[in-house]
Amino acid sequence: MTDVPADMPETGCPAGLAPPTRSAHSADLSAFVRVKDGLHKLDLSIRGAKCGGCIAKIETAVRALEGVTAVRVNLSNGTLSVTGNASLSANGVAATVAGLGYGVTARSTDTAESEHKKEERKLLVAMGVAGFATANIMLLSVSVWGGQTEMGEQTRTTFHALSGLIALPVVLFSGQHFFASALGALKHRSVNMDVPISLAILLAFGVSIWETVHGGTHAYFDACVMLLFFLLIGRFLDARLRRRAFAAAHELAAIRNRPVTRITGDRVEAVRSDEIEPGDRILVAQGEQVVIDIEVTGGGSEVDESLVTGESLPNYAAKGTKIYSGSVNLGDPLEGKALSTADDSLLADISALLESGEQRRSTYRRIADRAVSLYVPFVHTTAFLAFAGWLLLGAGVREATMIAASTLIITCPCALALAAPVAQMVAAGNLFRAGTFLKSGDALERISEIDYVVFDKTGTLTIGVPRWCPTKEAEGALMSAAQLARASRHPLSRALVSAAGPGILAKNVTEEPGSGLRASIAGVEHRLGSASWVGSDAETQHSGPALWYRQGDGPAIPFIFEDAVHVDAHRAIGKLQARGLGIEILSGDKEDAVFSMARRLGIERWKSAASPQDKAARLEDLAAEGRKVLMVGDGLNDAAALSLAHAALAPGGAIDVSQASADAVYSGGLSTVPHTLHVAAAAKHITLQNFGLAAAYNFIAVPIAVTGHVTPLIAAIAMSASSLIVTLNALRMQTGRAPKSNRNNESAMVDHATGAVA
Amino acid sequence: METIAFLIPVALALGALGLLGFVWSVKSGQYDDPDGAAHRILVDVDDDCPLP
Repeated sequence: MTDVPADMPETGCPAGLAPPTRSAHSADLSAFVRVKDGLHKLDLSIRGAKCGGCIAKIETAVRALEGVTAVRVNLSNGTLSVTGNASLSANGVAATVAGLGYGVTARSTDTAESEHKKEERKLLVAMGVAGFATANIMLLSVSVWGGQTEMGEQTRTTFHALSGLIALPVVLFSGQHFFASALGALKHRSVNMDVPISLAILLAFGVSIWETVHGGTHAYFDACVMLLFFLLIGRFLDARLRRRAFAAAHELAAIRNRPVTRITGDRVEAVRSDEIEPGDRILVAQGEQVVIDIEVTGGGSEVDESLVTGESLPNYAAKGTKIYSGSVNLGDPLEGKALSTADDSLLADISALLESGEQRRSTYRRIADRAVSLYVPFVHTTAFLAFAGWLLLGAGVREATMIAASTLIITCPCALALAAPVAQMVAAGNLFRAGTFLKSGDALERISEIDYVVFDKTGTLTIGVPRWCPTKEAEGALMSAAQLARASRHPLSRALVSAAGPGILAKNVTEEPGSGLRASIAGVEHRLGSASWVGSDAETQHSGPALWYRQGDGPAIPFIFEDAVHVDAHRAIGKLQARGLGIEILSGDKEDAVFSMARRLGIERWKSAASPQDKAARLEDLAAEGRKVLMVGDGLNDAAALSLAHAALAPGGAIDVSQASADAVYSGGLSTVPHTLHVAAAAKHITLQNFGLAAAYNFIAVPIAVTGHVTPLIAAIAMSASSLIVTLNALRMQTGRAPKSNRNNESAMVDHATGAVA
Repeated sequence: METIAFLIPVALALGALGLLGFVWSVKSGQYDDPDGAAHRILVDVDDDCPLP
């Protein structure tokens, strides 16, 4: 398997919108190729693809592979579809994409995804049909309105009849979405937004048919279809945002889609994780992620548990050690015994925690829903009162029905239906350009409400990989120490190598897992590793991790490392504090590491050595105190906390599960966190303004309608005007704040570039 | 006025043609990846691969 060094600058998104994903992918994905009609198909989830350059890079590279006939990257939901013949190699495709600096996982194709897609397409077609009808009926209506005095009754009735002929199939086709939903609500003895909508459409349509048959002057066919058209735009935008959220949640399943290497007798085979039974012998190759909790039975190696515990340095796993799913094997292959099935592993426990969090979050009531619950009784009462009032005043049933129908139409929820989705769509686009990928519309509302921010440390406030801090005595020994370090995958060795740059590798380097490296150069023994490994009892002043290096009997030289803080962490924390938000660090790392970090960033509240359960409990406590918490975290150990928080953000380098449980995924530095809060607040402001506008409009329009002064012409103008005003108001957010978001975008890129030397 | 009897069906037919085109574009998946479509125009490599 190709292993391209992930820190090469040309990997990852060429526009710098997402950091390259470091992965030494060695899983066998061949079980995920599907054969249909003689074509071999493979679907993969890709992380880190953000721009046109990414599309070109990935598609060109994959197309050049043997056996590939068609490649397509879908940027909207982060998938790669490959079609090929029998020689298509799933592992070759995955390795190529990983080598380019993108995260890649298998994607099981289930029906739910295609259901969502179908639903979205159906809405789009319904919208197109309603738009077509609106335009054509308007053509006829305008001539009726324009020729009021000159047009003969016969011509007018013909035009009305034609309009009705166009409107009938459209109301039946495009309106079925609303009718079905309204019927469903009525069956459960409740009322939703679709009840007054359906009532308005059916009543207006019925009245118009009556008028046409009896040669009346007014018909509301245009209003019916226009209402449908505007409402469907709002629905479509909403569905699109929701599908994004769904695609992201899909990733949760993807992590369990990783294959496992099982040993049966002397046969080694790659199987899906759900085929594993407790007690099965499992081989964990170098660089592979553990998918099922295992107990080590053979071999010894360094294991990176940072995703599970948040601890930044790997631990040594020997025979008898338990390794939890989510850990990565850094050293020699390990053999282990499965302790459970995939469904009972730590990963699955966390998934279960996640689901309960998601469920709790889905009970969140959006502003739009609250507005609707006020709006529905208001409209029904007004229309009914208008009907009853005119009957009492001596008007005929026909006239009273006409007025009630026009009241329902004029109070049409167009503006109401567009108010929130348009504002959220504009905000999501704004955030996307700044490097934040928002997953749902209501996430934006929840983010705007938060008053407390909890950060994870490793990988969120810090870069997550140790960096060498140059000291005078170590600088001279760097090049010779790097000769040994190049042979190891240990994070400290990697940090040393990336500081030293490319160079030679000493011959015959042997690694003693858990201790260090040894090589003999020109007859002299060189050692690099822990203090006891090089035979020194000296201590460093430094609180962070250190490596010791010794040539023969020379002095032992310490190399000290620290997990570098993100360059913009200071500024971002400062901005958040300026907004008056409470800030806390919740980390699984050791006490001194967390303490020094908190002191440097000026954060007073912090907690160290927190297990995933501790983190979740802390968030429950904060919620019980009435705090609205924003959780920012990246590791598997944060996933449960992320899903419990009122709103959650995950960095682009986070693992799939954390990204799936967060409301938004950001790339390009921590400064995007305050920016996201800022945009969310602006979006909420605009949404409320829009509802205000819709209410003000009703305040003016309702008296006109109730007093019977509304003609189809007035209804059409009022309806489109209110929708237009609401949409333009939302677009203000884009034009008015564009320079700011651009600047943020640039600084995010610079941060990313300088992040390497921070 | 007789021209209306001819022109209105023509106008409707043309509109319906546009609608059919739209329905076709939706069915053939041209709206599945709006973000990607916005970026693809900037890609220099010729894209001769059909939608899978």
